[in-house]
Order: sequence, then structure tokens, then C-alpha cells
Amino acid sequence: MKSLMDGSASRIRGIAIVCAAGLLAACGNPSSSNNTSGTNTASAPGITATTITIGSTQPLTGPAAPGYSEIAPASNAYFQYLNAHGGIFGRKITYQYLDDGYNPTNTASQTRKLILETKVFAMFSSLGTPTHLAVVDYINSEKVPDLFVSSGCNCWNDVSKYPNTFGWQPDYTIEGKILGQYITQSLSGKKVGYFYQNDEFGLDGVKGLDAQLGASSIASRQNYVPTNTNVGPQIAALQASGAQVVVSFTIPAFTALALLTAAKLGYHPIWVVSNVGSDITTLTGLLKAFSKGAAGGQLLGGMVTDAYLPLVGDSSNPWITLFKGIHDQYISTLPWDGNVLYGMAQAYTLAQAFKAAGRNPTRSSFVKSLESTKLSNGPALAPFGYSSSNHLGVLGVQVATIGADGTETTTGPVYTSSDSGPISQYGGSASSPPANGIP
Amino acid sequence: MVAVHSRLDRLASRTLGGHLLLALGAAVLLLLLSTQIGAYDNYNLTAVAIFAVAAAGLNLLTGLNGQLSLGHGALMAIGAYTASLLLKDHELPVVLVLLLSVLSTGLIGIVFGYAAARLRGPYLAGATLTLAVALPQVATRYKSIFGGESGLTVPPTTPPAWLGPDFPPERWLAWIAVAAVVVTFVLLANLLRSSAGRAFRAVRDNEAAAALAGIDVARTQVLAFVISAACAGLAGALFAYWSGVTAPAGFGVTLSLQLVTAIVIGGLGSLAGAVWGSLVLVFVPSLTSGMASTLNVPSAIANNLPLAIYGGILVIAMLVAPHGIQGTLTRILTIGRARWGHTPAGGQKGVVDWDDPASDP
Repeated sequence: MKSLMDGSASRIRGIAIVCAAGLLAACGNPSSSNNTSGTNTASAPGITATTITIGSTQPLTGPAAPGYSEIAPASNAYFQYLNAHGGIFGRKITYQYLDDGYNPTNTASQTRKLILETKVFAMFSSLGTPTHLAVVDYINSEKVPDLFVSSGCNCWNDVSKYPNTFGWQPDYTIEGKILGQYITQSLSGKKVGYFYQNDEFGLDGVKGLDAQLGASSIASRQNYVPTNTNVGPQIAALQASGAQVVVSFTIPAFTALALLTAAKLGYHPIWVVSNVGSDITTLTGLLKAFSKGAAGGQLLGGMVTDAYLPLVGDSSNPWITLFKGIHDQYISTLPWDGNVLYGMAQAYTLAQAFKAAGRNPTRSSFVKSLESTKLSNGPALAPFGYSSSNHLGVLGVQVATIGADGTETTTGPVYTSSDSGPISQYGGSASSPPANGIP
Repeated sequence: MVAVHSRLDRLASRTLGGHLLLALGAAVLLLLLSTQIGAYDNYNLTAVAIFAVAAAGLNLLTGLNGQLSLGHGALMAIGAYTASLLLKDHELPVVLVLLLSVLSTGLIGIVFGYAAARLRGPYLAGATLTLAVALPQVATRYKSIFGGESGLTVPPTTPPAWLGPDFPPERWLAWIAVAAVVVTFVLLANLLRSSAGRAFRAVRDNEAAAALAGIDVARTQVLAFVISAACAGLAGALFAYWSGVTAPAGFGVTLSLQLVTAIVIGGLGSLAGAVWGSLVLVFVPSLTSGMASTLNVPSAIANNLPLAIYGGILVIAMLVAPHGIQGTLTRILTIGRARWGHTPAGGQKGVVDWDDPASDP
């Protein structure tokens, strides 16, 4: 009797499933003909009716890990927040970020894993100039969108060679130009020296600086490679040259090493540090760690840097309120610093881009949409440069100074520029996020 | 030696012709496999083949000739940079690029081989380690030639037209790598059963005895180093195609140590051991990173956990199987044969088979 019941019950269940499937098919058919509204389809690799999968390579370990390892978890926190508030067209974002240790060879294999095995829709926020240069050809040959590279190299702005690659942060040449302009205006008459990473990151910055300061006027040019942590000879050479201002295009670990080495040598120039190497929380931690507690944030007093996002300590800014709230809810174990802000702001831009691309984008329609839609009203201080002939990210920065008490304040207007064009003052006003924090 | 002679008949039937047949079979199997698996698996298959070529070369030097090299990663770098520089401005056929890379690394191998032949034990290890540490710095020092930290990008090999327009490039590269590994293994297997191979082993086991038997010890050691370097050069050139980038960070000390790990885990002194070791190198790290990501631990720990688990696995492997995977397999086979009464003629205890390090004294 029991077995008979079981049999009939399972048969009934079977019939029910068949009916339900039939109903679903019946419901699905009429609306699937219209892709711009209504039903989600698996419109591209990495996109299903309910999810969008994106991938990234990040330095979770290795020389660039201090600070930068927070960026991807921060982006992921914003995606979790977004997913919890309905996602994008009902789709949830799955973010797979893999460690490459800031080693281009690892970047190459991890990127292939993401594209060939995970089959991500797009690469997003992949970090580093030498690392991403190793894969940019490959990503473009696979026609995978390569969005918002976490590097200000102007190599990403090459539409004919890399039609699928888009920068995000201001490129280092623009940054170098605006910092150079500040030096000629506010630190005029002082001897200037350079300390930079010996790759496209540092060299692009130097290009912009030279354009403003004049290549011949530079007292000393010193560089480093990230695999050699002894910067003593370079700092000693800067000191010997009598440079009173040192412009530093460095990753955080090397900003900290330079500051400590200079302090040890009794050398106290005015440091002008590019945005990527100047996050106060990261630097304070590194200074303490490298000096075994002997030095700390006091070495940062008087530093000049620049910003293209609201300042991380500006609690009155609505973007900071939004992102700090998400940080406290999802990743409270990480410090609230510039890296976390960076990751969240990038994630917000991606959400804007997906919204603009419509309900069922393909890889190519997504890229087209990014070239034609102005992603305005985001957290950045200056507009993006995206167009069909330009894949530059944020077009400008605002100079900022760090006080003796370790607080950062912006100074002067936001300036915008391009790699070769003049510097101009940006007239637009700052935006605010929508109430629910989702574009 | 007596035991070796008693097996000569059997061995003779297994030389060139036998090796070629075996190699052909393996190649056909691997090519069939490559058509059945996805692009990423082909990419991994290529990696296994590349490491197998390098590890086989190192195993010849270390396992058979007794010279430890901690600098084979640097020799791979020479092959990789040769290939990358050749491909920088010219489109050249793959075979030519591979041959020239083998040649350039072999030439540098001669120089280092002469230095290495004069050094023993820790001094040799130290000298080769210097190579591994110093060579990548050359690439950053001469940035205009070698591209600095970013290195040189390598254009992918495009499959020939007769394979059709939709032939996956990953599969094509896997074919090239499989061909390279098969050719290398056939050449090495034959070399090892020749008088040169016997001289390698004689020098490893007792230099004085080898010299008394009329073997030129230094010349033998240099030859072993050059052949080993040539294998590393081939692997390096394939690595450049595989990775798409040749950068100093990819050829650090870690790579050299990984190759040593591969032959120790796989089995010292055997070609099969090189294959096992390469499989471990390619697949265990991705396994451990998967394990690490399933655990819910702080990111600072999770990021470093794969390496810690990897190290742990290596330690356990060495405790459980001190003769490596191949040594353990051979031992199991030997025990099985003894139990089921299939002991080969003359298969007494103490047989020195180059595929059987377990029975080495």
C-alpha cells in the first residue's frame, strides 16, 4: 500500500513538473522576442538570466599587496550591496578576483583561467601597469571587455589597438602635468628631483612633469624596480643633488621606503607624491611596520598629492557616507582608506555602465554603449573621457596637501587635461549619489 | 654493472625503435586528448609539457649526473628571452624560434657547464643559485632591450590555415608543446641508454672510479650541463609562447626551486618522474588555492594559505614517498611482481635501472 502511494505520488509530482515547465515555456516565449525590456536572457558569455560574472587579477600578495589588496574586496562589497538591493536588471554580479602577486607571468595565467575556464563577461579593475600590459593583447584578441584597468598608464587609451580596453583613473601623464603646474605655481624657485618606478607608471608621470617643469631643470632623476627594496642609493643621490622638492611616482611600499630612508639620512625635502602612492592610512601602517614602530604618520606632514575622488576623511560628503556605510556593513575588518574608496567607486562606475548598456548586452554592445554614454553623476571629481576615439578615464585631478596632523585637504580648483592638450579648470559641480546608493 | 649487462639484451630491444613506437603512441594519445578537452585544459596541458621538458633536462643533470642546479629557471629565461627577442620584430616559424632558443641556451650552458664542472655540492648549488638571482636583474638593468619589469610581450602562434579558421590557438600550442616534449623524451631516453648515459651515471656514483674506467669526468659533466641547459632553453621558449609575456618576475628563484621540487617529488633520475613532477607543479597550486578559498579565514591568511598548503603537501609527500612518485610506483610494481611470481629474469635485488632510483644503493 505504502509503495503504491509512493509510486502514484511521484508520478503526480512528475506530471506537475512537466506542467510547470510547459507553463514557464508558454510564459517565456512571447516576451523573449523583445530584448530591450522584459525578460533577461543569457545574452553573452558570463551573463545568464540571473547573474553577471566578471573577473579580475589583483595583487593580493607580493610587493604591491599593501593597500592595493583591499581594492577588490571593496568592489565586491559594493556588488554585494547592489545585489542585496535588487542588482542590475534583476541580475546579481559575481566578482571573481584572482591573485597574481604583481607578477606579469602570473597575470597571464590567471587571466586565461578567468576567460577560458570561468568564462567571465568582462575583466574589471585588473591592477597594475606591468601586470596588465602582459595580458592586454590577449584580452583584446578574445574580444573580452577590459574595463577600468586599475592603473593610470596611458597605454590603455589606444582605441585602434585595444578597442575593448578602458582606463578609469586619471592617467599618470595628466596627473604629472597637474602636479607639475602646482610646483611651478606654488613651489617656484625650488630645485626639483624625481623618484619614480622604472616602468610605464613612473615614465608616464615623468612625461607629464617634464612637460610642465622643463626636462633640463630637473636636479636629479632616480628610479627603482619593485623587486629591489633598497632605495638608499637613489635617496642619497637626490639629497646630494640638493633637490628641495622630490616628486615621487611610487607604489605605497616604495613611498614609505623613500620617506624612511630620507628621514634616516636627515633629508627633508617637500614630497609631492602621485595619488596611487599617497594613501594616508596605508602609508602610516607601512611606515610603522618598516621602522618597527619607530616612525609613523608624522613623516607624512607637509606632503603634496592629488585627488580625483572625494577625500576619504571628508565625512560630510554624501559619497563618503554611502561607501563608508557599505564598508562598515560588509568589510569592517579592512581599514576605511583610499583603496577601499577606490574599489567602491570603480564598482559604482561599473554598475552605471551596466545600467546604460541595457537589459541584455552583448560584449560588443556593452563596449559601444560605454563609448557613447556619458557616465556622469558618479563619485569622480572630473568627467570620464570615454568616446569612440578615446578610452581615457577620469580627465582631471585636484591638488591636495597633508597637514602635520595627518588630515588631507584639497587646494585650488579641479583641473582637467589630456595627454597632449593644455590644462584647464573644470567648471562642473560635484554630484551626489541617488538615495538608495544604486545608479 | 653485472646486473646491467645481464639485462642488455632486453634493453636493446627497447632502444630507438621501441622508444619511437612508445613516443608515437603517447603523442597520438595526447593529441586525441587535446581535441576532447576545453581551451583552459589545453592551456594547462601545454604547461605540463613545458615543465616536463625543463624537469627532464634537470633530472638528467641532477638525478643522473649528480650535479644540483638551482639556476634552471634562469636558463629557461635565456630561452624565453631569445624567443621573445626573435619575435619582437619578425614573424618566424615556431620550429626555427625553438631551435634558436635551444642553441642560445646551450651555448650559455657550455660556459656555465665549465664553471659547474669545477664545483661540488653546496658550491655548485650556490653558483647556480647566483645565476637564478642575478639573471633577472639583467633584464631590468637593460630595459631598452629586455623591456624591464614589464618584460617583452610575445605574439601568439596562430594555427596554420589547413586546420581551419576556428581551430583554437590553445590546442595548437598544446600540439607544439606535446611535439616538443615527445621529441625531447625520445632523444633523452636514447642518450641515457648510450655510452654517454652510462658515463653520466658512473660519474654520479663515483668520480674516481669513473676516471679510472677511462671516463673524462669534467667533459661528461659539461656535456650533461649543456644538454640540460638546452632542454631548459626549449622549455623557456615554449613558456614565452604559452605565457604571452617574458618578464623577469616570471623567472625568479621560485621557478628554479619549483623545477627541483618537480624532479624530487616526481622521482629523481627518471623521465617519467619529470612528468609526474610537472603534473604536481601545474595542478596542486590551483587545488590548494581552491581549498584556501573554501575556508572562511581573514584575507591576509587566505591569500598566503595556498602556498602554505602546497608546502605542507610537499613535506608530507617526501615523508611518505622519499623516492618520489615514480620511485614509489616502481616499488609497488616490484612488490607486485614478487608476490605474483612474475620476477623478470635477472631481476635480483640491487639492479640499477635508471628508471628505478628506489633500488639505488
